[in-house]
Amino acid sequence: MNANIKFVQGNEACVEGALYAGLDFFAGYPITPSTEIMEHLAARLPRQGGKFIQMEDEIASMCAIIGASLTGRKVMTATSGPGFSLKQEALGFAIMAEIPCVVVNVQRGGPSTGNPTHVSQGDVNQSRWGVHGDHAIVTLTASNHQDVFKMTVEAFNIAETYRTPVILLFDEVVGHLREKLVIPDEGEIPLVKRLRTAVKEGTDYHPYLPREDGRLPMSDFGSVHRYNVTGLYHDMWGFPTDDPKIVKGLQRHLVDKIESNAHQVQKYKEFYLDDAECILISYGSSARSALHVVKNRRLRGEKLGLIELQTLWPFPSQLIRERCEQAHYVLVVEMNMGQILREVKNAVNFPEKVFLANRIDGSLISDADIRNILRIIQGKGV
Amino acid sequence: MAKPILKEHLINRDWCKGCGICVAFCPKHVLELDRDEKVFAARPEDCICCKQCELRCPDLAIEILTE
Amino acid sequence: MAVKDYIRERFFPHIWCQGCGHGMVLNGLLRAVEALGMSKNEIVMVSGIGCSSRISGYLDFHTLHTLHGRALAFATGVKMSLPALNIIVPMGDGDALAIGGNHFIHAARRNIDLTAIVMNNRIYGMTGGQFSPLSGYGTKETTAPYGNIDHTFDISALSIAAGATFVARTTAFHVQQLSQLIKAGILHEGFSVIEVMSQCPTYFGRKNKLGGAVEMLRNFKEITTPKGSKAKQANPELIERGILHQIEQPEYCNAYEQMTALAQKGK
Repeated sequence: MNANIKFVQGNEACVEGALYAGLDFFAGYPITPSTEIMEHLAARLPRQGGKFIQMEDEIASMCAIIGASLTGRKVMTATSGPGFSLKQEALGFAIMAEIPCVVVNVQRGGPSTGNPTHVSQGDVNQSRWGVHGDHAIVTLTASNHQDVFKMTVEAFNIAETYRTPVILLFDEVVGHLREKLVIPDEGEIPLVKRLRTAVKEGTDYHPYLPREDGRLPMSDFGSVHRYNVTGLYHDMWGFPTDDPKIVKGLQRHLVDKIESNAHQVQKYKEFYLDDAECILISYGSSARSALHVVKNRRLRGEKLGLIELQTLWPFPSQLIRERCEQAHYVLVVEMNMGQILREVKNAVNFPEKVFLANRIDGSLISDADIRNILRIIQGKGV
Repeated sequence: MAKPILKEHLINRDWCKGCGICVAFCPKHVLELDRDEKVFAARPEDCICCKQCELRCPDLAIEILTE
Repeated sequence: MAVKDYIRERFFPHIWCQGCGHGMVLNGLLRAVEALGMSKNEIVMVSGIGCSSRISGYLDFHTLHTLHGRALAFATGVKMSLPALNIIVPMGDGDALAIGGNHFIHAARRNIDLTAIVMNNRIYGMTGGQFSPLSGYGTKETTAPYGNIDHTFDISALSIAAGATFVARTTAFHVQQLSQLIKAGILHEGFSVIEVMSQCPTYFGRKNKLGGAVEMLRNFKEITTPKGSKAKQANPELIERGILHQIEQPEYCNAYEQMTALAQKGK
């Protein structure tokens, strides 16, 4: 038996990925269906010298990881819908103050308490626009445990590279499903380390002045450079300012650092796209059902293909437009009322040929749900 | 301990907001506000260097320098 | 190091109003840090939002100006991560006890080694004079124009009940005591609360006809007395100043270290 092969829940795969990436500080608050992440980390982190803290609420856990990140640690918190709503305030702070951190949202039904133990993909837009004010964000997702692991590592890498929060938007089915996970050997997936400033003690350090490559080297709290961190608009030293020129520059920087590197963070998988006449677009656990349908139809000679999105934000509009150019129609498969559907319609040149196969009742979307919509589109009746 | 001897009331006029706290609580009534509502030492010879003004100033605008 | 070596002089004069008690807290805090001979690199100051929170920008420490009420939650992350650092958390009364009330009681309960300074001026100053949980029954504010019907907290009683292991109170008038208490709070291993009754002449003073800064400070002198004084026995209405509560309890980060040692042994 290979010790690196495990049979685990998706939430555990996320834990394994985070630890592989170097997570050493976690703060959280119990909430279904993400709790297993914090339970496993409560056991694992102390054993390897990391820090784990259960905070008094969701807000506090988001704040605590930001504080810990400023001391140089790789940090994460995990939650679900209502908790994700509560975290938006501090998430905005992390965006503004450019603090690397990873926030997991294992989606359940909403709004409000909704359906804690059942699946949904209703937080897609919240993960994009839950925070007030103009900003950019990176949201990753995955449909199986190997990818949950991979995307979790990716999330930490992106967070460090761009000094930004990254959201891992999983769902209840992926979180609770048990399947095989092969843990890669050390070094198999490259890890991005915290970029620390080379500026020496006594020399002016600018925490918010990007280098030529756009990256902003950090300095850990407690080390030789003392600077200010604030949620207010700030200058290159981190001090509050309302100078219109600086404010505009900061706003642009916060958006551009993600948007102009979108191609670097946009991860996806393609299945049978070369000659596809009908392209399914899906993500998370919905993509498992979508892939099942595509494979079965291929056996019957039907030219179906699948794009599985692993990065939801920044949305890969150009990729969708290019890949879907030759398709006769596009079917978005998701468990909400069309949150990615709208993005796809905006991206393609023929929005009237984009359709939705969805499910919003807390049950996993099935191959039958997708087949039924296909029959309607193909004019075969219901 | 020898009694401290006053060298100077070092007053930062740019920082002083003229609240009058130092004037009111000086035990020897050394300080006053001028026409610009900035503090000045009107009777420095009476100063006993207790530094109540320096410790109470909300604006860090006054410092008692001693020899 | 001289007091001025601890400040970021280029931002002075500060934004606080004429006669604001918060400037006096800043003054007292500087003297405490100077007396302790602390290095600037070992101090992290974490503040929230409001008039009080602006104190962090003026001090040459590692400074983290966070969200309204959330300073203690951020500070907990910093302290947990690097327990060797000294963390000072100045907060306003609304900041600490209204929007931040939950974080306040739980930081106290954990007994994590943070020094919380509550700059209690009984009002929301930055937003223009609304009542806070510390304003008190019958006071007047822009959101209580007919008299406030909200009752107030007793910060020290609340802190003690929540588990803080060092609780002290003084006023902006009592500057020597202010420095002494901040010093003692920093030295105390565990969650320390120092309540400083601070004057807001601009809003609380004006709305409640308490006069200017000088009159408000005189009032602090009159309505308070050292803890355990005879005056208190004669007049129970007087508010006690000094260290009101200090006990030894396992500190959170130490307890975590012990717990991890246990976890690692069991491996």
